[in-house]
Amino acid sequence: MAIWCADLALDRWRHAENCRRGEGPDAAPLALIAETAHGPRIDAANHAAREAGAANGMMLADARTLCPSLEVRPSDPAGDLAFLERLALWAQRWGPWSAIDPPDGVLVDVTAVAHLFGGERRLLADVEARCSARGLKVRSAIAPTAGAAWALAHYAASGAILAPDDDMPARLADLPVAALRLDTDVLLVLRRLGLKRLGDLAGIEEGRDRKGSGRDALQRRFRNRKSSSANPLIRMDQLLGRVPEPLLPVVPVIAPMVQRRLLEPIRHRQLLDTVVADLAADMARTLEAKGEGARRLQLGLWRVDGEVLVRELELAAATRDPAHMIRLFAERLDDVDAGFGIEMLRLRAAWTQPLGLDQADLEAAAEQHGTSLAACMDRLTTRLGQQAVQRPVPRASHIPERAQHWQPPLEPEPAEQHQLAFHTRPLKLLDRPERISVLYAAPEGYPRRFSWRGQVCEVARVEGPERIAPEWWRERGTARLRDYYRVEDETGRRYWIYRNGLPTDGRGGMPDWYLQGLFG
Amino acid sequence: MDTSTLPKASQLALHAARNPRWQPGAPLPLHSEIFAPAAQGCGAGAALAFLQDALRAANDESTMPEERSLLWVQDARAIKLGGRPYRAGLPEGLRHRLIHVAAKTPEDALFAMEEGLRCRDLAAVVGEVAGNPRALDFTASRRLTLTAEKHGVPLLLVRLDAEADLSSARMRWRLASAPSSSPRWNIAAPGRPAWRAELFRARSHPPGEWILRDEPQGLAAERVQATTAPDHGDLVRGPGARSLAAR
Repeated sequence: MAIWCADLALDRWRHAENCRRGEGPDAAPLALIAETAHGPRIDAANHAAREAGAANGMMLADARTLCPSLEVRPSDPAGDLAFLERLALWAQRWGPWSAIDPPDGVLVDVTAVAHLFGGERRLLADVEARCSARGLKVRSAIAPTAGAAWALAHYAASGAILAPDDDMPARLADLPVAALRLDTDVLLVLRRLGLKRLGDLAGIEEGRDRKGSGRDALQRRFRNRKSSSANPLIRMDQLLGRVPEPLLPVVPVIAPMVQRRLLEPIRHRQLLDTVVADLAADMARTLEAKGEGARRLQLGLWRVDGEVLVRELELAAATRDPAHMIRLFAERLDDVDAGFGIEMLRLRAAWTQPLGLDQADLEAAAEQHGTSLAACMDRLTTRLGQQAVQRPVPRASHIPERAQHWQPPLEPEPAEQHQLAFHTRPLKLLDRPERISVLYAAPEGYPRRFSWRGQVCEVARVEGPERIAPEWWRERGTARLRDYYRVEDETGRRYWIYRNGLPTDGRGGMPDWYLQGLFG
Repeated sequence: MDTSTLPKASQLALHAARNPRWQPGAPLPLHSEIFAPAAQGCGAGAALAFLQDALRAANDESTMPEERSLLWVQDARAIKLGGRPYRAGLPEGLRHRLIHVAAKTPEDALFAMEEGLRCRDLAAVVGEVAGNPRALDFTASRRLTLTAEKHGVPLLLVRLDAEADLSSARMRWRLASAPSSSPRWNIAAPGRPAWRAELFRARSHPPGEWILRDEPQGLAAERVQATTAPDHGDLVRGPGARSLAAR
């Protein structure tokens, strides 16, 4: 069964405005627009606007010339898609599984279901009635294949039913080729070939002498089109059920959630901690039953005056340890303003991962035995922030500061090509290379003496240069190469310095010197 | 009763038997402090060298290769003065095991170090704190020592540009760079790192001064004879000679 919401965007807008079709704000010409590269374009126009000459897909400037009083609102395609997902879940009341059919349709499998509703005709009437009760204008159809149901819903009279024993090609012959769910450029090709109806296409396929020569010709014409939405032959076969057409069903994922409604609003931190502890224990039980651990937790606090405070927590590894959750939330609850009191708390695990059941700690608490690495990382990130606790990993680059990348501590290391071992690298790298003034014998020679942070270093030993060319695929063309030197002064201070460019490279004047790293 | 295995009275009386001189391979105390100038990498380099020396000794005993992580905590000033650790320059065995914490304030750095010491899945905690912040007083230092000793995770606290104030660290070093030994193939190039290290307070060793060299097979030390004061070596010092704080 295919359900087509003919006016989805406008129906949603009317619902938001709380008005009925053709009343209130809907009585005047109105269009939902999307910004495009060539200016605003109309996504959906209401009945009054269509009467006045506006049409879907028209540029707003063109529509304004036809109907100067046209009102506009921004359209919301992402919201439409989210609504469609919810609609597809709700449509499972009519069949065991459903799939969304973007941008504005839902497909429901009603095989051997219709008798529960008193037959297919009554089933369709039920769909119509329930959707119109929600202010949705829908057209629905039932057919043996998803493609045929879609075609009938869009291009036949509403409530069309194609029984399995009907003659499918004959029933569908009068529908336009657009019923094949093809791309617009393919539709244009077909129209130029003079193929306007499915019957025309089927006639060509069979050929004049019914030997299939016409099909060969079409196959040659579309031999490069592998995608089903660009190849009318594949679509035709799917429509008639000669090749399978897999659909992706929607599966609801229910996030584990626990909540506590309180008889008396709480205003004190101590009581709040008690309730959070109860919630964490409930959540641990819920998660354990599902064999999962939480990665992200959301705690919602409903205040008496209707305000909702949300505290979110992300964990380094899946866990369901209530003590750990309580400890982490305790830091986040310091700045909660209870106002007149909090009357409801709700804890939700928005992101969970499978976590096997393990034996409980038979010995004493973590205080005595230390914490695990994941718990330690969680405590650090909760107080210091995600950016503060990181692990250095190598990255494919020649430039030293770019060759190191930071990532969360417990993520697996990315695959890397081995670094060349004969380059000696400093133990510590300054965040920004610091400019130094250098005395040298020749512009391209070894540095003799330099001053950094007010200290003068007499270079006693030096190795270099190690020349690192700029990465032209990342940097601008004016970036200069770097000549790195390892230097050591008389007292043994060891530094990594570089000259940014050559005097003769034509990318600026005399090169500057920088100090970038400290050796151990 | 067999008395042959017991130490002789003369051995016990000798100060050296109770308090042997520090040498490479001596067990690493659970809380050491290293005072180093911020404009040199010697503090962090020596901390890693001490740690590797201790890990190597532990590895010889156990068959399992050490794979626990290393937590390196820096406060914002230490990062500004001395930079962040650079993976390609770290010792080979520690590169993939480093977890870095960039704390904004010294208080946060102390919190991070204490949390790290509580976690027995860490091989060690290295801290770098610049200057003498108010938060790092004797109480905080005592807290760190007790946590480290309770959970057995060693802490190496590098103090950049700091005065040696009151602390409960079991070993306190003062470090500066020393000229490195010449590499074999290029005499003009800097070689493997070397440091001039002064152990000025330790619970189980008399103070002394060494030139430490980080060689591939381990830490090498050669004693520097103090020129000014005569070396009393094995003489027992009076109880007033060693204050709790320093020197």
